[in-house]
Amino acid sequence: MHRGGGRHKARAYAGMKPKKGTIKRLLKYVGEYKFRLILVLICILVSAAASVASSLFIQTLIDDYVLPLLIEANPNFGGLASALCGMAVIFATGILATFFCNFTMAIVAQSTLKDIRDEMFEKMQNFPIKYFDTRTHGDVMSHYTNDADTLRQMISQSLPNLVSSVISMVAVLCSMLYLSIPLTAIVILFTVFILLSIKFVAGMSSKYFMEQQKAIGDANGFIEEMINGMKVVKVFCYEKKNIELFNKKNEHLFEASNIANTLAIITMPIVGNLGYAMYVVIAVIGGAMALHGVFNPAIGGSSVLTLGTIASFLTLSRNFTNPIGQISQQLNSVIMAMAGASRIFDLLDEKPEEDHGSVTLVNVKEDAEGNITECTEKTGHWAWKDGDNLIPLRGKINLNEVDFGYDEDKLVLHDITIYAEPGQKVALVGATGAGKTTITNLINRFYDIDDGKISYDGININKIKKQDLRRSLGVVLQDVNLFTGTVMENIRYGRLDATDEECIEAAKLANADGFIRMLPDGYDTILEGDGSGLSQGQRQLISIARAAVADPPVMILDEATSSIDTRTESIVQRGMDNLMKGRTVFVIAHRLSTIQNSDVIMVMENGRIIERGDHNRLMEEKGKYYQLYTGAFELE
Amino acid sequence: MIKKLFSYAGEYKKYALATPVLVCAEVILEIMIPMIMALLIDQGIDRGSMPTILKYGGILVVFALISLLFGIASGRTAAMGSTGFAKNLRGAMFEHVQDYSFANIDKFSTASIVTRLTTDISSVQMAFQMMTRIAMRAPMMLVFALIAAFRIDSKISLIFLVVLPILGVGLFSIIKLTFPIFNRVFKKYDNLNGVVQENLYGMRVVKSFNRQEYETKKFKMASGEIYNDFVKAEKILAFNAPLMQFSMYTCMILLSWFGARAIVACGNDAAIGLSTGELISLFTYVMQILMSLMIISMLGVMLTMAKASAERILEVLEEESTLQDPENPVYEVKDGSISFENVHFSYKHTDGGKEVLTGINLKIESGQTIGIIGATGSAKSSLVQLIPRLYDVDEGCVKVGGVDVRHYHVESLRQQIAFVLQRNTLFSGTIKENLRWGKEDATDEEIEKACKLACADEFISKFENGYDTYIEQGGTNVSGGQKQRLCIARAILKNPKILILDDSTSAVDMKTDALIRQAFATEIPDTTKIIIAQRIASVQDADQIIIMDDGKINAVGNHEYLMENSDIYREIYESQNRQGGGLNA
Repeated sequence: MHRGGGRHKARAYAGMKPKKGTIKRLLKYVGEYKFRLILVLICILVSAAASVASSLFIQTLIDDYVLPLLIEANPNFGGLASALCGMAVIFATGILATFFCNFTMAIVAQSTLKDIRDEMFEKMQNFPIKYFDTRTHGDVMSHYTNDADTLRQMISQSLPNLVSSVISMVAVLCSMLYLSIPLTAIVILFTVFILLSIKFVAGMSSKYFMEQQKAIGDANGFIEEMINGMKVVKVFCYEKKNIELFNKKNEHLFEASNIANTLAIITMPIVGNLGYAMYVVIAVIGGAMALHGVFNPAIGGSSVLTLGTIASFLTLSRNFTNPIGQISQQLNSVIMAMAGASRIFDLLDEKPEEDHGSVTLVNVKEDAEGNITECTEKTGHWAWKDGDNLIPLRGKINLNEVDFGYDEDKLVLHDITIYAEPGQKVALVGATGAGKTTITNLINRFYDIDDGKISYDGININKIKKQDLRRSLGVVLQDVNLFTGTVMENIRYGRLDATDEECIEAAKLANADGFIRMLPDGYDTILEGDGSGLSQGQRQLISIARAAVADPPVMILDEATSSIDTRTESIVQRGMDNLMKGRTVFVIAHRLSTIQNSDVIMVMENGRIIERGDHNRLMEEKGKYYQLYTGAFELE
Repeated sequence: MIKKLFSYAGEYKKYALATPVLVCAEVILEIMIPMIMALLIDQGIDRGSMPTILKYGGILVVFALISLLFGIASGRTAAMGSTGFAKNLRGAMFEHVQDYSFANIDKFSTASIVTRLTTDISSVQMAFQMMTRIAMRAPMMLVFALIAAFRIDSKISLIFLVVLPILGVGLFSIIKLTFPIFNRVFKKYDNLNGVVQENLYGMRVVKSFNRQEYETKKFKMASGEIYNDFVKAEKILAFNAPLMQFSMYTCMILLSWFGARAIVACGNDAAIGLSTGELISLFTYVMQILMSLMIISMLGVMLTMAKASAERILEVLEEESTLQDPENPVYEVKDGSISFENVHFSYKHTDGGKEVLTGINLKIESGQTIGIIGATGSAKSSLVQLIPRLYDVDEGCVKVGGVDVRHYHVESLRQQIAFVLQRNTLFSGTIKENLRWGKEDATDEEIEKACKLACADEFISKFENGYDTYIEQGGTNVSGGQKQRLCIARAILKNPKILILDDSTSAVDMKTDALIRQAFATEIPDTTKIIIAQRIASVQDADQIIIMDDGKINAVGNHEYLMENSDIYREIYESQNRQGGGLNA
């Protein structure tokens, strides 16, 4: 998780190119708010118009009012006053439009983001386990953090800015054409030149920018690794060597970021001062045209250039070049956000878990003659419902000649056959990688088998709705995952409609009640960060209580006690023994003492079952199990 | 605070100080440019004088060029100053953290130190750059533009004095209102990320219990809260731009009205009153003045945010290591004997300072093998961590080689003690590089010997690249048992007087565990060996076995003695041996 940051940023820049169609899809989300967006667009237009009007007004002010008034002996300012009032109305409209636009955009942007986020999470819930197994948590997280964040910036800041910048540039362009076509041509020529210089600087800076990102990733990675291993560093007196290594990386980072930063800063002065140069050129040419009375073709009426026209035009030309720097910056963040968006869409396009099952799990009533009928109330009796057929839930699980591989070309399970009768305890023993956990992954259909058949109470599990299949299986894993919330809420996770009493009952069964009551707020103690305040054993006890409250007929216990010390284990073991009573149980364990009393023990090696039988029989066989048990051979 | 941080600019101080000067020059030019533009219009275009146009045009171009040069130069110094400052600060922090004791590290937690060294540094770097550049530029721009405006026409420029306070108060209120909301949003973001993270980690649980909808509901609630706050904040922010426009347009209308009257009154003569060119300059200054105020207000926000980062960084820099070398330290560790004399100990920063070790008395002779056993939380690790002075005792003393550990030169003491931590780490690099942590100049033969001793050679030699196999960060590409054996080999390479193994063979199988212990006995007989273990078998043959219970020594003795006299020991022994061996976690 922690190593995510630097690497993901680096990756974000590496994958700068968004996929085709990303913009279209993004627009579809924003399109939900079509009506408001149209209003926003109108508002942007109005606001841009007001801003253009303000720069055009200077011409009117000088040519139509100031200069004529100068000649008059008794100047009358009444005309100017009413013109200014008119302007005030235009300005007020512009201000209101800006406000309305920003106000609406805030809602649209945030709503869009919420929609996308919620959809991401909702879809993700139904991705197959394979999706999570083949990616680091950091990778998935970065969609919610980095990618969503760049998207937020783009929608709420860059995009509106970009749109209004472009619109005002277009408006300014029109006004310039209105005043003078030849001068406009000069402005455009200059703009192209400015753009080229920006492109040149940006091209250089992007090279160093990448280098900077790489150097940051490198330095931060080193920091993370060494600070996390700080205690080892201290124990080995490695501090000086560490500082030496770090200084090298730090120096490299300095060099790269120094250049990248310089280039980023100087873009603005370059654009600004080139703008001044353009200003002069226009003034000189415009002045020359005015003086020589050169014909000035313009949309607003072709005649000789006037002083007011040049003044106005000069202001306009500044307004035209000013946003260029801004646009180039915004464009950058838009491109980055697009890359983020296309990664988000990749996630949304991921195929959800397929489920063609039709058999469901229903509550049933049993009458005196043993006939069962479906009912809606909770009875504690369950049956599989296949069409109109009701098959009582017993907990009989058969694996028949099952083959499976996580990759198509590499089988990890070969020809696995297991018969687990209702109430039996089946143990799986073997070295890491022998395929024990894989078997449990197949029973609850986290993965689907390649060949063979798995049946539950005689029904092929492919025909059972996944949700109902999993409801009938309880799982306790080695890595306990608790959620932020109270202890009670964590236990209730097993069955959401369980009452407090039922939860406490389950905790008692799991041998967890004792320590829970010792917690500061008992069952209302809030667990945070995966229950980090609790010991491993205590967390496992809560997870057992959670499974107990679900009360499934079949349990899978995957190394549930292996990360607990032996003294605590006996407490946890007692909890588990209570839980196992009367259920079909699959146990995976390293410690043979915990599985000795199983009905069947399967010894696995390299994806095959090499020995099977109960403890006594396996001991008599004097095979692998015997060796394991007597300590002549060890599991790694 | 600023002064303290600034001292880290070091050799880059001159760049940091040059920046405001260059920026100042740039600003002066940028202020003068509109003046020249005014002259160009008034005396050139207005009077129809081409030579004047060319003259002022030429001056303007030269000024723009100089301004560009200053701009580039200030950009260069600003970048140099800020990145150099960040480099020094980062280096100083990293170096300082290397001096931290375990207690210091516990106080901050490693994750927090990492954040301070990465995220906080970059936000302070940004702030530093802004301080030297924009924080100088914006107020200067404001002041110079105001001065220039007043020079043109002081009466008309009074308009600014009316509009500026309105804008200032408006911007300030917006910030004041939104700032707490944004702060809250960041916390809610953590909350949202927390939901996603828990969901990812517990995906198997979620699916097993069919809690997809429940989780989605939880997520939607968290994302809904963010939505509400964000919209609230942005609705307030929506006033920002209109307020700015309002100020600007107001200035323009007032300027037009009073400006026009002034021009007419003086007959468009700059010498007496106001000219058209000057009026246009005033329009330019309106933009510059209002923009500067806007930037100043944004700076306020950013600097406030950076302030929190700066505080966090200073906290790290000002944290004194809780372990200091004594004056006239002892450099020589005589032998591997250890004694605890009435030791009391507590972690100051965790467990609320509760005492974890109480009245420990213990004598260990050099070369002995000591086993320590006890339930989780019985303070086994705390006990051994006092030996290489990873923590200091609260009361009593710990002696190594007959000398109080606090009297040693810390590094010399630790050089003689190899400690294999319970949560041990391998670092990214080859196996050989990792092992050389124990001894920097170790030869290949020495490395191989240590690995044979730790039973690591057998699997290393099976790797395709042998000792040059690359270990991923955190050692994720070797198994738990292999990792532990590598860590033991790394410790043995130190050739220490004392070797401490804190539950370091829990993932190693029993046979190998026994082989390693046997090798200890024959290969390094003079080294004092302290072994913390879960399995009785791992400590059964030790000279002394210490039973820890709730921070106290419950019993000490060899296997036979403890079987007779310690209930706890017997209980553990029986629980592990009752149903045969096979304890191979």
